[in-house]
Amino acid sequence: MSEGHDHSHLSDTELRVRSLESLLVDKGMVNPDALDALIQTYEHKVGPQNGARVVARAWVEPEFKAWLLDDATAAIADMGYHGRQGEHMYVVENTGEVHNLVVCTLCSCYPWPVLGLPPTWYKSAPYRSRAVIDPRGVLAEFGTEVGADVAVRVWDSTAELRYLVLPERPEGTEGMSQEDLGALVGRNAMIGVEKVSAP
Amino acid sequence: MNGAHDLGGMHGLGPIDAEIDEPVFHHEWESRVLALTLAAGAMGKWNIDISRHARENQPPGTYLASSYYQIWLVGLEKLLVQADLISEDELSSGKSAGPLSEDLAKRALRAGAVPEVLARGDNFTMDDEIPAQFAVGDRVRVLNNHPTHHTRAPRYTRGHVGVIERCHGVFVFADENAKRQNNRIPQNIYSVCFTAQELWGPDAAPKDCVYVDLWDGHLEAVE
Repeated sequence: MSEGHDHSHLSDTELRVRSLESLLVDKGMVNPDALDALIQTYEHKVGPQNGARVVARAWVEPEFKAWLLDDATAAIADMGYHGRQGEHMYVVENTGEVHNLVVCTLCSCYPWPVLGLPPTWYKSAPYRSRAVIDPRGVLAEFGTEVGADVAVRVWDSTAELRYLVLPERPEGTEGMSQEDLGALVGRNAMIGVEKVSAP
Repeated sequence: MNGAHDLGGMHGLGPIDAEIDEPVFHHEWESRVLALTLAAGAMGKWNIDISRHARENQPPGTYLASSYYQIWLVGLEKLLVQADLISEDELSSGKSAGPLSEDLAKRALRAGAVPEVLARGDNFTMDDEIPAQFAVGDRVRVLNNHPTHHTRAPRYTRGHVGVIERCHGVFVFADENAKRQNNRIPQNIYSVCFTAQELWGPDAAPKDCVYVDLWDGHLEAVE
């Protein structure tokens, strides 16, 4: 960000962000290394692999699953995942009768400690507008079929409760280890727009 | 406020563009905006609801035409000026007219503190013993209010009747918390279940429901 550097290739937004960052650094409000530490946390350390471990443990340990459904915040903290944007967790279970889907129609609330930062589509107007009025259409767009006899429950994250979907364990995974099961669980299944498939 | 951010139930916004193997950030500046927002929060001049309101309080056309982190950038600039942490002149010139006060500078987030600050999170619950106004199974109606300030009662729920599914306990009331710093009013939050047919009419799937977290101040009893 040195003076005189050629910024002609940068967009107006990039220039605006650079200007703001240099201003806040000059004022002593932010430390650049703290910014880097924040970014590295969400680029490399915190992500849906955390939630996948929670799901896999719930699949193999009935007692943990019961705890997770009863007091998700404590059960998830027991695995080391807690803090910002996951202060109050609630886990909803998919079954043969119920399919859960999570949205934040008002902004972008999302359980950061277990899923990381939300994907662009989750924060986008199409998803936020349609998840509540047309959840089955949204699911179909993700290639997820839910029968008419299954109840679709949409959770709109309007308060400081953060929702995680416990997907159904796929058939044919009986002999798999907890670690291998975790590798099957993708972010979208924990938001509820997809199901988990056997390998 | 009845802004463009309150999207539930709108039509015409197009298909969902779910990118395969999406990166956490698409441009470096997006990561800087996120980090600047989190770091500047350490000044203690605003809370999450004030920051949400700063982001949503834009002309609907602008809001809908902006990318997610563009909305965050506009929100952060607004918060910094509102809180007198920077002046309009400093914002437009990018040049500091002087350092922060010593007291504020001491609050600046340091890299070493990042893990602990993120792990601790924020404090949204309150110890006040406010009796729950509603019990599980009670029928409630969302008040037909249209405040011009921040509210967490989405438009699509207003005037509709739901059933209390669960009482979450006593939390900061977001609608008041958004008005200014240190305006923490304790209220109960409930998970309220609305049938899809109650919200969207008889053509909605009969078994489907939408669950919305609402505070005492959003609800009234239904006989």
